Order: sequence, then C-alpha cells, then structure tokens
Amino acid sequence: MNLLEVRALKVWNKNDNVSIVQDSSFELKEGSCLAIVGESGSGKSVTCQAITRLNKPSLQQSGEILFKGEDLTHLSNKVMRKRRGKNICMIIQNGMSAFDPTCVVGVHLRETINEHFDWSKGKVEDRLLEAMRSVMLKHPAEILKKYPHQLSGGMLQRIMIALSIVLEPDIIIADEPTTALDTVSQYEVIEQFIKLRQNVGCSMIFVSHDLGVVRRIADEVLVMKDGAIVERGRNEDIFENPQHEYTKYLISTRRSLNDHFRRIMKEEL
Amino acid sequence: MALYTIRRLAAVFPILIIISFLTFFLINLSPFNPAEILLQARGIPVITDDLILQTEEELGLNDPFIVQYFNWLMDCFQLNFGTSYVTGEPVWNEIKPAFINTLKLTVLSSFIIVGLSILLGVICAINEGKFIDKSVRSMSFVLIGMPSYWLASLMIWYFSVELDLLPTSGMSSAESYILPVSIITVSYVGIYFRVIRTSMLSNLNEDYVFYGRASGLPEKKITLHLLRNSLQVSISVFCMGIPTILGGTVVIENIFAWPGLGSLSVDSILKRDFPIIQTYVLLLGASFVVFNTLSDLINMTLNPKLRKGF
Repeated sequence: MNLLEVRALKVWNKNDNVSIVQDSSFELKEGSCLAIVGESGSGKSVTCQAITRLNKPSLQQSGEILFKGEDLTHLSNKVMRKRRGKNICMIIQNGMSAFDPTCVVGVHLRETINEHFDWSKGKVEDRLLEAMRSVMLKHPAEILKKYPHQLSGGMLQRIMIALSIVLEPDIIIADEPTTALDTVSQYEVIEQFIKLRQNVGCSMIFVSHDLGVVRRIADEVLVMKDGAIVERGRNEDIFENPQHEYTKYLISTRRSLNDHFRRIMKEEL
Repeated sequence: MALYTIRRLAAVFPILIIISFLTFFLINLSPFNPAEILLQARGIPVITDDLILQTEEELGLNDPFIVQYFNWLMDCFQLNFGTSYVTGEPVWNEIKPAFINTLKLTVLSSFIIVGLSILLGVICAINEGKFIDKSVRSMSFVLIGMPSYWLASLMIWYFSVELDLLPTSGMSSAESYILPVSIITVSYVGIYFRVIRTSMLSNLNEDYVFYGRASGLPEKKITLHLLRNSLQVSISVFCMGIPTILGGTVVIENIFAWPGLGSLSVDSILKRDFPIIQTYVLLLGASFVVFNTLSDLINMTLNPKLRKGF
C-alpha cells in the first residue's frame, strides 16, 4: 500500500521562473525506504521540503502530495503544522546548527514533544531518555543540559533520530543526514537508521549522494538529475544493472574511487 | 562564568585610566591659559603678568604635566573634580544635579526605545514585505529624516501652543517629560527597530528555524527563539545607544530648557570652564565603558558560545 504518493510535483522560483523540480511523480510504500540520490543542486532537498511545504516563500509548487489519501497541498497551515513532526518527521543535514544555539538541546526536544502529545513531565522525560539510550547516547540526562556547540555533529544527529523515535512518525524524511559527519560518526549514525527502520517500522525517504550508504539502507532508489527523475527501481536493480547513462556514471565514479582506495591500501601494505 | 565576569570587570580599570589621561591631555592642548580664564571669570579688572604667574602657582600649573595629571587623577578617585573657574563651586556640585536630570530623561527614553524597537522589529520581521512592514519602515524613514530640533519645535507649537496640553519647556511636572522623551524616542527607534528586523530576517534562514518548523513547532515559539538569537546583536547596539543619548541630548535640552548635562556642557565650553568640561568628558567616557561591559555580560548570558575559553 502506498503511504505517500507524489503526483506531478513541480517546483519553480517565482522571481525568475527558473524550474527546480520538473514533473516528479513517485510513491513511498508502507514500511519501505526510498532513497533519492543525485548530485548537489539536482532538486533532492527541494523535493523533500515540498512534501512538508517548507520551501522558501520564493519557491512555488504545484501537483498533488497524497499522504494516506489526504492531499497535503490543500491543508490549512494549522493542520499542516500538526502533520509535521507527528506524521512526517524530518532529520536534517547539519546537526550542529539544527538546534537554537542559545538554548540547551533539551529545550527543543521537550517543546516538540509537548506540542504533539499531552504527556506528563515525567513521561516526556522517560520517553526521551529511553529513546536517547536506544541510539547509543551515553548519559542522556547530561546531554539534555548541554548547548549544541558542546556536542559533536554525530551526537546531534543521533539526538534528532532519538526525537523521531519518541514522535513515532509515519514517515521519516532524512535529508543527507550523514554528509556533514566524519566517517566514524557516519557509520554510527547509519547503524541507528538501520535499527530505527527495524524497530519503529516507519517508512523512510533517505536523501543522499553517498551511494555506499544508499546501497545498505534503501529498498528502492530514485536517481535525480537537474530536477528530473532519470531512473527508478529496486535497490539491487539500480546497482547491478543501471539503465540510464547518469546512473551508470554515478556508480562507476564510486567504483573507481573504491578501486583507487584499494590500490593505495595495497601499496601501503 | 564568574571568572569571566571578574576578568571583564578588571579590564575596565586600565581603560578608565586611558580615558582619564586622554581627557586631561586634550584639555591641556587647548591654547587658552587656565589662569587667565579664571581671572577673567572672577571679574578681575586689570590682569597683570604678575597676577597670572601667581595664579598659575596656585593652580599648580607650573608642575610637570605628568605630576599635574597624577594630582588630578588622585583627586578624581576621591570624587573631587576641582572647582569651577566660573562659579568657584566644586565641580561635582554643579554636575551632579545636571547629570541626574539628564539621566532621568535617558533612562525613560531608553526603556521606551528598547520596548518599541523590539515590538516594531518583530512585527516587521514576521510580516516582511507586507503592507504593515512597508508602512512602518517608510514612516520611520520620514521621522528620522526630520531634524529633531525642527520636529521638537513643531510639537511644541502643536501640543503646547495650539492644544495647550503640555508644558513648552522646563521640568516642572511629569508632563514635561512627554515631549522631550518622544523626540528622543522617535529618532532612535527608527534606527534600532531596523537592527532587530534585519537580524531576525537573517536568522530566519538558519537551520534551527527550519528544523523547528519541520518538527511542527508553532510560529509563536519559533519567533521567540528568533528573538533570543537576534537580541544579541541588538544588545550591543542598545547598550552603546544609552551613553550616546546621555551625551546627545544637547539639542533637546536646549530647546526644552532642560537643566541637564547637555545645557551645562555647552555653557561650560562657551565660558571655557575647563574643570567642568574635563569632568563631563570623563563621565561620558566612563559611561561608555560601563555600558560596553554591561552589553558583554548580557550577551554572555544569552550566548553560551561566548563563555568558551573562560
């Protein structure tokens, strides 16, 4: 069953009429993970932000976005706000700047939870600490009292994942969640994403230009180039048997990078 | 945090010493002989060279510059700023009431300026580009464009003469504050609300605003976060604004015959009453240092990143 259906989505800049996303249609099945890959500026993030209607005011969109059969583009701002976080939860690229720098991180987490649930103070705290422990954050109570600049990018990314665990959304949209991280943190965060999918059982849209990560986590893959979807298919098909020139190019560059890496490592050994 | 506060406060003293030195040095550059001015002010009919030499001796003007400076500095520490050449009264007795009168005007205006700037800044930022934003900005443009002495005369003519609602000048009652305070407020709010507006708009593109919205936070809460972050820039501007008002009331005080620092300083400059000018400059310099330190301390509580390294 399709949880989310995007029909003929177009996004353009109303100031200069430059088209950013052209006529995209895709669907997200219940419980599956859809990866959107492509180079910078290919319209991946704009597509995700169009789903939550959070693009900059200068960008306009048309098309249908059906979430459980309800067209999100026709909802009032107030109802749409309730869908965000509770039904469609985003995890953004840069954990370091995702939280108000003048407040401890706990402030944002508690504000968000209180916005969506009528829980007692104790219950909010219990759920939050439990979720943070489950993403391997040690001493969660202390972390809640820290300012964003006192935590690492990987920790902040996992804090965002913990928040989405508490919110139990239907869809998680992760927009390049590992791009700003070093390799070790990347590995830890990806582990948490895989666990998240197993435990929460929610659907996921995973935007990335890291094909290695996509290969591990996605069920289906969309390849975007210059605002258009150039190829789509099941994970194995895309990687084993790419059809479009651009997909072949992406996979080959990754392969050549890997080969280069292996060669260097061999020389060192 | 406590350590930072102490270190920040300790840094104030050398700055005050430098200010005091510059004040003393600059006054000494003046081509007028203080002894001559003093004698003229006291109405001595014939000023002979002998008399001047004698007065110079009395005032200690023959000591080396550095000795004169240290004597003056030591006196200042005991709040003894010398005696006025013109009236012969201790300077502090002359400056204190004027300072308090100006301070009343400044404090009242500052509160209104800060409150109004934040209010207008937030309203304009969340309605960016809409009618209310455009009209507030163009109104403020017109108001800043009007010279304050002209606006003041206009308001005196309308409210005090035509309508006979408010006193034209002096500080006889609470109503006397209304006109001068509004003139000062108008000229500063027009600039400061723009600082808040711009700062909020630049924060609008920050990731935390996007993530807050994506988490389903209501706009009201997001605006509060925005304001908290935007205030940091504005607090420095506000804190520097207060001593600027303190020193910038000259025109307003003259128009409204307000017995404050502005009137006193202009008066003293015309009469070349050096001890009063010296103290006035010192006082203003010190208030800049005090408010600058205050803004650093407030910013530090608002922005935890600034506490790093202390």
